[in-house]
Order: sequence, then C-alpha cells, then structure tokens
Amino acid sequence: MGYDPANPMEGRITDLGPRSYTEMLPPVIAANKGKWDYHEIIAPGILLHVGDSGDECYTVRVGSPRLVSIEYVRELCDVADKHCEGYLRFTTRNNVEFMTDSKEKCDALVADLKGRDTKLPVGGTGACVTNIVHTQGWVHCHTPATDASGPVKAVMDDLFDYFGSMTLPAQVRIALACCLNMCGAVHASDIAILGIHRKPPMIDHTRITGVCELPLAISSCPLGAVKPAKAEVNGQEVKTVKVNAERCMFCGNCYTMCPAMPLADPEGDGIAILVGGKVSNAKSAPKFSKLVIPFLPNTPPRWPETVEAVRKIVEVYAKDAKKYERVGEWAERIGWEKFFEKCEIPFTDKSIDDYRLAYDTWRTSTQFKYTNATDAYTK
Amino acid sequence: MAKHDTPLLDELEKGPWPSFVTDMKRQAETHPECWDILGQLELSFKDRITHWKHGGIVGVFGYGGGIVGRYSDVPKQFPGVEHFHTVRIAQPAGLYYSTKNLRALMDLWDKYGSGMTNMHGSTGDMIFLGTRTENLEPLFWDLTHDLDQDLGGSGSNLRTPSCCLGDSRCEWSCYDAQDICYHLTMHYQDEIHRPAFPYKFKFKFSGCPNDCVAAIARSDFALIGTWKDDIQMDQAAVKEYIAGNYPSNGGAHAGRDWGAFDIQKEVIDICPTDCMWMEGDELKIDNSECTRCMHCINVMPRALKPGKEKGATICIGAKAPILDGAQFATMVIPFINVSKDNEYENVIDVIEQIWDWWMEVGKNRERVGETMQRIGLPTFLKVMEVEAMPQHVKEPRSNPYVFWKEEEVEGGWERDVQAFRKKHAA
Repeated sequence: MGYDPANPMEGRITDLGPRSYTEMLPPVIAANKGKWDYHEIIAPGILLHVGDSGDECYTVRVGSPRLVSIEYVRELCDVADKHCEGYLRFTTRNNVEFMTDSKEKCDALVADLKGRDTKLPVGGTGACVTNIVHTQGWVHCHTPATDASGPVKAVMDDLFDYFGSMTLPAQVRIALACCLNMCGAVHASDIAILGIHRKPPMIDHTRITGVCELPLAISSCPLGAVKPAKAEVNGQEVKTVKVNAERCMFCGNCYTMCPAMPLADPEGDGIAILVGGKVSNAKSAPKFSKLVIPFLPNTPPRWPETVEAVRKIVEVYAKDAKKYERVGEWAERIGWEKFFEKCEIPFTDKSIDDYRLAYDTWRTSTQFKYTNATDAYTK
Repeated sequence: MAKHDTPLLDELEKGPWPSFVTDMKRQAETHPECWDILGQLELSFKDRITHWKHGGIVGVFGYGGGIVGRYSDVPKQFPGVEHFHTVRIAQPAGLYYSTKNLRALMDLWDKYGSGMTNMHGSTGDMIFLGTRTENLEPLFWDLTHDLDQDLGGSGSNLRTPSCCLGDSRCEWSCYDAQDICYHLTMHYQDEIHRPAFPYKFKFKFSGCPNDCVAAIARSDFALIGTWKDDIQMDQAAVKEYIAGNYPSNGGAHAGRDWGAFDIQKEVIDICPTDCMWMEGDELKIDNSECTRCMHCINVMPRALKPGKEKGATICIGAKAPILDGAQFATMVIPFINVSKDNEYENVIDVIEQIWDWWMEVGKNRERVGETMQRIGLPTFLKVMEVEAMPQHVKEPRSNPYVFWKEEEVEGGWERDVQAFRKKHAA
C-alpha cells in the first residue's frame, strides 16, 4: 500500500522527526563520544582527534559546492563505504568529512580522493579560507538580487590556494546572501557578499488587489515608505499602494509580502561587500560585518569585480594582520580609515550609517589617523 | 527535456573548485529536468534577474510547512522546472550519516525529484531541490513509512534545530549538543510541523563559545556551552608548547612561518581580561577574572581544557536585518545545567517561558529579538523571572529616561496640586 489520494489521512504517519544521531556515528566516534583528549591538524584538511583511551580518529575534510546531485552524494557514499565503514558527515559550512581510525586508512582515503574525476579537494582547516556559506540565488529563489552558486564558484576558484593551505593570520569566513534577508551568515562573517537592489519596486496595480494583503505590504517597510493609495485600472478605482521613492532603500521586503511589487533589475541589482564580522567569542566579542563596498555590478558568469574585491581584502589582511587576528579585529586595531587606505577601497557616504541608531557609529572623538582621505585638509 | 546551450554556465566548469555545473550535467544524463534547471539558470545569467515566480504554497496534509513551493516564470521554455518545489528533510544532529540512510534518501529523491539537492540548507535541513506538486504526498509517504523519518520546518513555527558536532568529536563541548538537539526536536514536533507562532523561531546548540553552529548569530534561542569552575591545566603540556614540541592552535597556522611559539605574545598578552601570567615556568590563570572566551584553550588544546563543572549560557533573540536591523542574541541566563538525566526539563522551562509570552505579545512577523527591543530588556527579564544583573549589559544606560513603577515610588502618583500650592505658590 502507498499513498491513496482518495483517503489522504489513511495510514498517514506524522511527527517522526529526524533519524537519531546515535544510528549515524562511525564506530570510532561512537566509542569515544564525550571522551576526547585533544586534537591536532596534521596537514591542511586532515584532523587527528585522540581519545582518553588512546584511540585515534583521522578526519579528512573535503570542499563541496553544496548544490550537489544524487550522483555526487552516491559517490561520497562509495568513498565512505570503501574507507570509512559506511559513515560520513557534513560540516556546518557544507564541507564533507570522512573519518577513519588509522593513519594508513587515512592515507589510502586521501589518495583515493585525489585520484577521482570528481573534484573532492582536501582542505578547509586551520587558518584558511574555507567553504562559503551561501544561499539559493537564481537557482531557486524569487527575491534574489544576485546569484549564489555562480559567484561562490568564481570566488572559491580564485581563493582556491587558501582552501588547501593554512597561511592566514586566522580563519577567514566568507559568506554570500543573494538578498538582504541575509539567509545564512552574511551579517557575521569576515567577508560577506550581499545581493542588493538600487531601484524602488514597480507596482502592478492590475494585480495588487487580488494577490496582496495591503496592510502586510505597508507594515513590511522598515522606513515607512509604503502607503495606501488608490489607482484607476480599466476605468475602475482599485485599492493599491504607493511607494515614496525618496524613503525607499530597496530592501525588497514589500515584494516578499506582495507579489505585485517586483523590483529585480539587471542594471540596478548587484553586490555589496561587508567585512569584519565574527561569531566566535574567542578574544573579542562577536561582531557584525560592516559595509565597505556599496556596489559592484552583477557580471555573470564569473563576477570579476567581486572576485577581485574579495581577493584584495584577503591579501592585504594576510600581509598586515597579526597571528590570531580576525579581519574585524585587525580593522578595528588599525582603524577603519587605515582599512580603507590599505585595501585601496574608495570610501563613500554609502558606508555611513543613517538608519535609526546610526549616531553610535559616527566618530565622536578627535582620535583619527591621517590617510589619503584627509589629504585635502592637510595641504 | 532537451539540452540547452549554456555558454555562460560552461565557463563555471573551469577552475579548481568543484563545479555545480559539471555535477548537474552529469545528473542530467539520468534526470533530464536538470537540463531545464541549467537552461533557466543560463537565462538568468543572461537577463541578470531571477526567473522564479513569487511564492508558492504547497505541502502535505497534516503539516503547515516543510516544503517551499516554486514555479518557473518561463515554463513553456523549461517544462522540467515548471514546478520546482523544495522539500526540507529533517537531518540527524551533527550531520553524521550512515551511507545506508544517505543512499536510501538519494533513492527516494531519484524516484520523486529532480536529482539535485543542497547538502545542507543554512538552518540544517537536507534540501531536496525541485519536484512537482503531485510527487509531494507519495514522497512523504515513502519517507515516513520506509525511511522512518520526517520533514523539516518552514513558516511561522519552530524551524529545524541544529547543533555543532558537540562531544562526538570535540574535546571542548561542555554538554551533549547532539543529544539535546535531537531530544528537543522530538519533543517539539508539533511546533515544528504546524505553524503557531507570530513568526519563525530557531534553536541552535553550540558546545562552547567558539560557537561552530553560529548560534549567537543565527538562532532565536542559543544554548552555548560554558563552565563555572577553573580551566583545567596540565603544566607539563604547557612546557611542551613553550619548548615547541606541540604546535600552537593544533597546527592551524602551520602553513606560514610565524616564528617560535611565544606564550607571552600569543596567549598571555592576547587574553581579553589580562588574567594570565607566568610564575617561573608555570602558567597561572586568575579564573575569577576569566570570561571563558576560549582563546588560550584554542591555542594550547593539549595543555588547557574547559573546567569540570559544565553547563551552558542562554542567549536570546538573534536575527538578520529585516525588519529593524540585525541582532546577535542577548545573554539572558548566564549558566544553566544541561543534563539528559532530567530530559532537559530546566531548558524546556526556559523555552516555554519565552514562547508563552511571545505568542501572546509578539506582533505579526515580529521575531522574538524585535519583541524584546520593543518591550525592553527589563520587562523581558521580568517575563523570564530572571533578576537583572550587570552581566545583562555591555554597559549601563547613559540616558536618564528611566521608567519607575508607581508602587516603587513612596506615596504613589496620585497627588493634589492644591496641597502642593500650599508650599509653593504659583
């Protein structure tokens, strides 16, 4: 018996939840859970965990594009069946991890991974650029201002050497969100790539009454730019909304609520770059990412302007920051004015906050460093 | 469904990072709808806008979420993606899989779906990317009957909880993050599957303040492991680090020559509270001044470990910018015991205290972090029956606009202006 559309509630099972994690643990993990003594990164992408018992667990971390096929997952299963007793895991940054209990098995596993046609790059550990946490983009979402999988591939190709090495002052977390709903980690990443719009929504008066709950669209605006209005459609007066373009900062939240307010645009849409966020409490408290480049164009298929901007920040940071310093810690130590100068990013008024609690971000002190930005005043 | 020309996407087959385009083309040989995914994406690359219609409401009977409906705006051109709904599958805590389970899931998706997935969605779910409405119920039937597992969450409800890998493979985890994640996911199945909240609500569980699942940034309710006694120290191992026999930070910086390990420069001087020092060749920590940031433990994992009296800190209210600006979660409960022995009853009490209040006072589409801001932290603490303490703030307020309750003020607020006039003529 299978699903019977004539009796949809018949035989239905609900509220099962996920499978228990206890069924999914590799033997060496199950045996040592809660009893680990220490770990070491023995090579880029390869971790060793040693248990109180002396047991060893070797983990090989592999970069993955996140958007993957059934065939790809089956190939991962083949690797795990061959080398890892039929177990594997995924990380919170969408890398894949294979675990074995001896150095010999680990070496054989790495050799196998390197010999495959499918690219299964080993890396993502220590002071590196690991996988980019990203979103749906044009592959599945209806509100994006840019793509996700495309720019991520382009940026990771360019920074690939940083994935398989550990040469940076600290780990660099890059994230991408294709609109400012910021699904994922853009608001708290070392470097963040964010899809933005620059044109107010169009209003489809012919459809809006039928498809939108107008009060929802009105209350969806952070700046109160959406107001109730009337319009004439085919000689009939209909209820609709108007947008005060001067108050609109193109967040797109009204479109999320109302299908009759689309705003995507090939020239208007693009990418903003934010830097300096972090989640960990190590040394400094968690930090939000800050907007340093307000706009780069959408240039499929390889987004060269975005790739170049990210690389430049990584390279200047790599050269200038101290050991253990995250991008945000470095920028705060040297001062944001030095960050802009060193990274050769032209500062614009778009980086100056003008939303509600903005005042807290302005400089209310005489403490600043002279940089190229102050030249006009020091002649 | 035929192959389309994809000159722009073909460019993304080049380069060393694994290509989603190459992978999708491989899958297209058995799932020709993948040609239409590629075709529509190519069109988006050309037009530089999305080609998915707004919204889409689909699902399975009995549940109010779990599936994100999606329809192409060019279905005639790309019939394979006319319907392109995604199915969220509840993932095992810590994202460990047996290949047996993973293969069964792939076989299921082979039968009902496009052949493409996301491993995994940002909230944690396994994402089956793209199927038609008529496949949803049969897929759900097989998922529950044959695989004994369930959908994840979507909508104004408890979303799929997730955790770091916890003590399964980390020596720093201060509680069993996987176990509480699994336990609470099972406990709150109704809240996950049937939206009953003002807006979405997320749980995340991190074993320590390194916060590998980003709980403080990405969950309304963040449980972050910590300890309340002294950092465990092995002085012999400290000497091995100083001698250069153990790599700093577990070898995380091995790719570059940073010079010999310098405990003063790399640990003691970086400590945010300056509570460490060397006495002879012994490392000392004034634990009463330690804020448990993890830096020294991260740098010397073989010499330093979290204390033995372990538990967690509860932070509440993280969210992304929409509507009122991004928020990290605010520290509300500094320490709570996290134990399987009471089936996490004390943590459950805290969660339900938040929900009882927020489900009443939260406005439509208002995240709990925004409700906290609107109502004020002092009021929220009263709701939570937590005494205000200096740990609740980064700094005390600087403005003097303080609310007092009438009962806190001697004589109350009812006053007679005539009586006032007897002492103070107008």
